[in-house]
Amino acid sequence: MGVSAPPIQPSPPDILKESGQREVFCGLTSIVWLHRRMPDAFFLVVGSRTCAHLIQSAAGVMIFAEPRFGTAILGERDLAGLADANEELDRLVKDLLERRPEIRTLFLVGSCPSEVIKLDLAKAAERLNTQLLGRVRVLNYSGSGIETTFTQGEDNALLAMLPLLPSSDEEQLLIVGTLADAVEDRFRLIFERLGITTVRSLPPRRSTDLPPVGKGTRVLLAQPFLSATARALQHRGATLLSAPYPFGVEGSRDWMAAAAHAFGVPTDRFNAVLDPLVERGRRALEPHREVLAGKRLFLLPDSQMEIPLARFLSRECGMELVEVGTPYLDRQLMAADLALLPPDTQLSEGQDVDLQLERVRAARPDLVLCGLGLANPLEAEGIATKWSIELVFSPIHGCDQAGELAELFARPLRRRALLQLS
Amino acid sequence: MELTLWTYEGPPHVGAMRIATSMEGVHYVLHAPQGDTYADLLFTMIERRGLRPPVTYTTFQARDLGGDTAELVQRSIRQAVERFQPEALLVGESCTAELIQDQPGALAAGMNLGVPMVNLELPAYSKKENWGAAETFYQLVRTLLKPQLPAPGTPKPSPSRWREEGRRPRVNLLGPSLLGFRCRDDVLEITRLLAEHGIDVAVVAPLGARPADLERIPTADANVCLYPEVAGPVCSWLERSFGTSVVRTVPIGIGATATFLRELHGVLDLELPADLQTVEGQPSEAERRSRLPWYSRSVDSTYLTGKRVFIFADATHAIAAARIASRELGFQVVGLGSYSREQAREVRAAAAELGLEALITDDYLVVEKAMGEAAAELVLGTQMERHSAKRLGLPCAVISAPLHVQDVPARYSPQMGWEGANVIFDSWVHPLMMGLEEHLIGMFRHDFEFVDGHRSHLGDGAPTAAGTGEPEAAAAPVAAPVPAPGTTTAADAVREALESLWTADGEAELAKIPFFVRGKVRKNTEAFARERGLARIDAEALYDAKAHFSR
Repeated sequence: MGVSAPPIQPSPPDILKESGQREVFCGLTSIVWLHRRMPDAFFLVVGSRTCAHLIQSAAGVMIFAEPRFGTAILGERDLAGLADANEELDRLVKDLLERRPEIRTLFLVGSCPSEVIKLDLAKAAERLNTQLLGRVRVLNYSGSGIETTFTQGEDNALLAMLPLLPSSDEEQLLIVGTLADAVEDRFRLIFERLGITTVRSLPPRRSTDLPPVGKGTRVLLAQPFLSATARALQHRGATLLSAPYPFGVEGSRDWMAAAAHAFGVPTDRFNAVLDPLVERGRRALEPHREVLAGKRLFLLPDSQMEIPLARFLSRECGMELVEVGTPYLDRQLMAADLALLPPDTQLSEGQDVDLQLERVRAARPDLVLCGLGLANPLEAEGIATKWSIELVFSPIHGCDQAGELAELFARPLRRRALLQLS
Repeated sequence: MELTLWTYEGPPHVGAMRIATSMEGVHYVLHAPQGDTYADLLFTMIERRGLRPPVTYTTFQARDLGGDTAELVQRSIRQAVERFQPEALLVGESCTAELIQDQPGALAAGMNLGVPMVNLELPAYSKKENWGAAETFYQLVRTLLKPQLPAPGTPKPSPSRWREEGRRPRVNLLGPSLLGFRCRDDVLEITRLLAEHGIDVAVVAPLGARPADLERIPTADANVCLYPEVAGPVCSWLERSFGTSVVRTVPIGIGATATFLRELHGVLDLELPADLQTVEGQPSEAERRSRLPWYSRSVDSTYLTGKRVFIFADATHAIAAARIASRELGFQVVGLGSYSREQAREVRAAAAELGLEALITDDYLVVEKAMGEAAAELVLGTQMERHSAKRLGLPCAVISAPLHVQDVPARYSPQMGWEGANVIFDSWVHPLMMGLEEHLIGMFRHDFEFVDGHRSHLGDGAPTAAGTGEPEAAAAPVAAPVPAPGTTTAADAVREALESLWTADGEAELAKIPFFVRGKVRKNTEAFARERGLARIDAEALYDAKAHFSR
């Protein structure tokens, strides 16, 4: 007898759709964690000085001697003639790879300007692949702000890798989405205990260790922003497992349960492995739940993690949800998390930041999840905030991290209680 | 196309944001796609601003491009004017919008907005942040002062008209802005300094000014160009159009502050106070007001003599640092450079005075290489040079933008004026070992308690290997090029070949040399051996080289 998958009862609350000024990064920003995941890959943005400045400002790249990402900054000459731009790109890639012989995969990343001038990076990648045959693989994708938001950059990067995945109908569990290495190791260990032995990851730790895909592949998404990749994997024959995302104890347990169900893991075995983790995770949550319970939370759109986080913070930490914003809503990918949200939750999709801030001010929530551009201004108005960018850089997945994840939200409130400045 | 891993300056529209955000009552409508809002965090995080930058981004998307982006621009402008009710409006575009040629400025001009509007054309593919800031400031001032422009042929106002008008002389402080290095405190310091000399400040701009304040600019007797990177063009235009004299000496350091005051007194036709006249045996204002002159003369500072200093910064701070280092602290400047191409000529002239060739580049790896090759003992640079210096094991003080949150300290710490000189003395000298400490380390370095390479005041802990070999990498620039893995195979081969030249007694003799100069001695000796074609470097060769280089 297998573990039953979590129930899914879509009960769509009314959604507020807005379009206007967005206080959200573009897809280029995903490079910041993707390049850490694949230390043998280089991400070359073909764009403007703005692109370069964006990535370094978002990442604080000065800590690197020579980062594994850079920008081929378009100059006036490149704009004047595309033929020259292609030659320039080839020259620049050649120089770059001579300096960095350890690079195995080069991602050419399209930006707003490269898209607008219609610089064909797919063709450039094809051309460079012929030139560099066997040494470096060149892929391309778009991280442009006119087409992608913040975390969609990873979706596009993974999508670009898919054609390289070998085909195999081997039974396997494929975890899709960048995880911190330590978290990934932990998940693999737990799956092993459950008896699921063939577990692979996309993106892999080495850009050349690409997992196969085929009819035996069960895909478990570790991140909620991989719509295009998930669909493309299904086209290759893989089955997409529906589950809440592995944030918090409940989400992580249900996420693993979806895999256990798909692989026919007996219930008693699943419980024997997971119950102690669940128990320990709940204990770790408890002190933070005391701080968060009953507090009103407003989530501004940023990383697509807002809905699963809202689910965790409301169900496991007892927070009240004022509004849950998301850059865009993919109902299929969010189905399990949406079903677990309180039925009257106000969702909003897209953003008109001035209008949204007016709603924040009117609601006076106890905590706002928002980007770095808005955090200090809201704090200055007396509203506590949690920076959202930390959530894409910190290990927050899994039962073992539930306490840490709750702590990230409790800390601003604890800090406010600690400070006695007047 | 140019490969950039890190850049000193942002795009020009970020410069425009610096002007808009520095001021009150100004709003900037920026035609830009999603993602460009990242620039907000420069102000809210680095400057810890409690207000969002006054910028409305049109946030156009790919699907808008087929339709009417011009309508989106007009809607954004209309809504921004209604919502924020600015006293002046800047309208411009970022790199991508420049390509789709909606001409938002022209659209705004046709909208009858009822507020002064500046159409910013900042070429994103050829210009950078400081140029954008300077151009924006100039265009804004020009637009607001248009109604006051004197008719051609109007005689220049006399800088001493204050006397006829029976008031104190007054000047404008032009250039201080957000994301500029210590501008907040420099304004305060210079305002105090001027007050002590009976000079009032009419307008400080852009920092803290409103559009109406800019309209008062012509009421001043002179303009002080505090930061040429931002205020250079506007000061020149005011001089041409309104005949207002410009004080161009930037008062950073003792000499420059004194020169600044003399220049200012001259321009305003004020009598020069006795202690600003250079009279032998008479205490100067600098001596009276700043500790730097005496601290620099005091015996502990003897150890500063000839310290090899590498300088890389924006032009204003690089030039000032070179002057202070060479004339006021007795350092030897071994490298001088800047990323400010607009002021390259001035930096080249300052370098030439020191017998150097200026390094004008925006490639931080080139700067790091030059830093290593110059065998510097102290680096004065930006936050990036701080990181490069750390990799090379060199002490460093930050003297210039681009800013890090650390460069906006809670305490008062100007760079300009007499107090600025005090701040500079402390912040440049503290990363070095203090004189007596250096002497004692030299004396006791053979004691077993002494861990080679450990600098207690830097809090960097003891090196991992306590032997004589390892710490060298931390202390000797030439021995620690820190290349990316596998980049310098040819150089590595040369390095290995040179290392194999050293005999045991040569190495032993080298180890007796204090670690902080050992790298330089090693490099010099190897150069000497190469030049002479020596097959081995023994103790004798080392002393031959030492004699050779001490000539």
